[in-house]
Amino acid sequence: MRFLSEYRDPVLARTLIQRIQTTASRRWTLMEVCGGQTHTIVRQGLDELLGGAIEMIHGPGCPVCVTPLEQIDKALALAAHPEVIFTSFGDMLRVPGSSCDLLQVRARGGTVRVVYSPLDALELAIRTPDKQVVFFAVGFETTAPANAMAVWRARQLGVPNFSVLVSHVTVPPAMTAILDSPDNRVQAFLAAGHVCAVMGWTEYEPIAARYRVPIVVTGFEPLDILEGMLMAVQQLESGRHEVENQYVRSVRREGTPPAQDLVRQVFRLGDRQWRGIGTIPASGLMLREEYADFDAEIRFSLGHIHAEEPAECRAGDVLRGNLKPTQCPAFGTRCTPEKPLGAPMVSSEGACAAYYNYARFRAPAPAAEVAS
Amino acid sequence: MTAIRYDGPACALPLTDTQRVQLGHGSGGKMSAALIRDHFLPVLGNHYLSQLADGAVVPIGNRRLVVSTDSFVVSPLEFPGGNIGTLAVHGTLNDVAMMGGDPLYLTAGFVLEEGLSLDVLDRVVRTMGHCADEAGVQLIAGDTKVVERGKADGMFINTTGIGLLDATFHPGPARAREGDVILVSGALGRHGMAIMAVREGLAFESTITSDTANLTPLVALLRAAASEGIATLRDPTRGGLASALNEIAQASNVGMELDEAALPIPAEVAAACEMLGLDPLYVANEGVLMAIVRPEKAEAALEALRTHPAGAEACVVGRVVSDHPRYVVLRTAIGGSRVVDLLPGDQLPRIC
Repeated sequence: MRFLSEYRDPVLARTLIQRIQTTASRRWTLMEVCGGQTHTIVRQGLDELLGGAIEMIHGPGCPVCVTPLEQIDKALALAAHPEVIFTSFGDMLRVPGSSCDLLQVRARGGTVRVVYSPLDALELAIRTPDKQVVFFAVGFETTAPANAMAVWRARQLGVPNFSVLVSHVTVPPAMTAILDSPDNRVQAFLAAGHVCAVMGWTEYEPIAARYRVPIVVTGFEPLDILEGMLMAVQQLESGRHEVENQYVRSVRREGTPPAQDLVRQVFRLGDRQWRGIGTIPASGLMLREEYADFDAEIRFSLGHIHAEEPAECRAGDVLRGNLKPTQCPAFGTRCTPEKPLGAPMVSSEGACAAYYNYARFRAPAPAAEVAS
Repeated sequence: MTAIRYDGPACALPLTDTQRVQLGHGSGGKMSAALIRDHFLPVLGNHYLSQLADGAVVPIGNRRLVVSTDSFVVSPLEFPGGNIGTLAVHGTLNDVAMMGGDPLYLTAGFVLEEGLSLDVLDRVVRTMGHCADEAGVQLIAGDTKVVERGKADGMFINTTGIGLLDATFHPGPARAREGDVILVSGALGRHGMAIMAVREGLAFESTITSDTANLTPLVALLRAAASEGIATLRDPTRGGLASALNEIAQASNVGMELDEAALPIPAEVAAACEMLGLDPLYVANEGVLMAIVRPEKAEAALEALRTHPAGAEACVVGRVVSDHPRYVVLRTAIGGSRVVDLLPGDQLPRIC
């Protein structure tokens, strides 16, 4: 198929793998930031094909995984409300809250609908004026413009029964938090191509310079990822630490300014809790004052909902890259996709689910230095 | 608006231990299996039911009957390539055929929702008559019930199929063994994506049509060409090829190896799946036959399938192996490998 099979060509993949193996003079440690990239790596068996030439640490870029438990509990409370039609991207539906998940709320009578776009949720609100329609606005900079657009349009059109439960996060503060961590082992990053398609890469230039770490803006198909890895390894071997762009077919240095403008118009930066990681300053997008009417947390007075994460779930270590999913004592035993302890085992982008679904068959990874 | 009262935890992890039926229980994945294992078999289980097959083979005198029943719920009722009636006839005929039976009779029960257009009902019934005639089976008993508006999705249909078993033909889920070849009769994923495309309002360059088809002619061709060499037959409907192969791998205690590059997934199905974040291996088919065939009969079986229009694109997609018993592993196009497991519940579309 055009634009798909070209990026999955086995002959080119083998060539790239050989080049990575011959270029790397040692086993470098790379982090792919985005959960979509983690899935390509494990789903296509790229880690197996590389034969240990480089170590891949799976980063925190799974929007479903880092959405804090508290926000999930708020979503569950909203979905259970008799006047609310709760709308969400599909993979939020099985993420466990403190008590249950959205699918179970639906089985008990709540109205939960999967939408592919926040604008579909807005449409639903316009068509269903006697119900409150709430959209679960989660994700990184990739989903932020569309979510901002829905809120902006709702305000333009004066749709009184539409609101959003916001849990937006941004990538650069998370990368900085990982690099600042005393047990950081990441030597180079594959940055998330779709995030950069919106934001460009100027934000990453100071990070690369300050931490002397190569950052390669990388796509999501197998050949994208292998090429991104090769570019990162080449930088490490030659002692460079620059921001390079592998994903040239989608990303420009300045990104997509109209999308950025819209995001800035609707959202402001704020401190945000990341599930399993903790609060990262100025890492979240919150609705601006002038859009407060569309904030479901205010409209439904959800401020009293607080939640503690289960102690046994090591999602934080997995999301920070300190623990491979297969090294978690609960992996595949007390924590499976049917009975998840944490979100990384549920989401299709979650590292634990990727290993469970696609790779649990292979030998477990050798024990790494796990930070205490 | 008044604030919501939220009284803290209402149900405990683990999440699949639910006290209520969820949609995932109908997905054909692990939740469906658990529902049958925990709530039906302990009470209703017997020699026939416990085999968990698509139907049962029961002796009546010196003849053996194949009986299979299936219920059809689909929204929209009419879709490109067919309607709920096509599925109700083909689905049950195919289940009888996969057990090795020659279908002879059908019964049908209809649950109709108040307000259903009689034009739609007429179209569905006409289609059922046409499909039954084409397959040479008679619809010999029926029932209708009407429920209040909102209590059914337009209409639900249950059909039961009755056929006779050929004494020399014994395909079964536990008969796969190392070295066998896995064949499919044609393109994968068309039915499920035709439905999804209509539901999601996706406009593709070419419309995906459901593959709904009567598979009995293909079974007859296979039986003539490779009778004793056919280990297992399946029509991979709900849960797709992945779920069917997992069930057979477990029933036969063997491993399965699929070759991604060989999977006949049409470009428009692959594109729709990419767009919606779904895996075509788990998408329903309604007119694909999967056969597990002894290696020495594989070529003859393929040639036989290809003589029929519905089997023109028949191909080999994988092999039965002794490694990794009870697991299905996909050899990816790029040369890696991954496990293709049963899904816990329904496939959920990805966020981005």
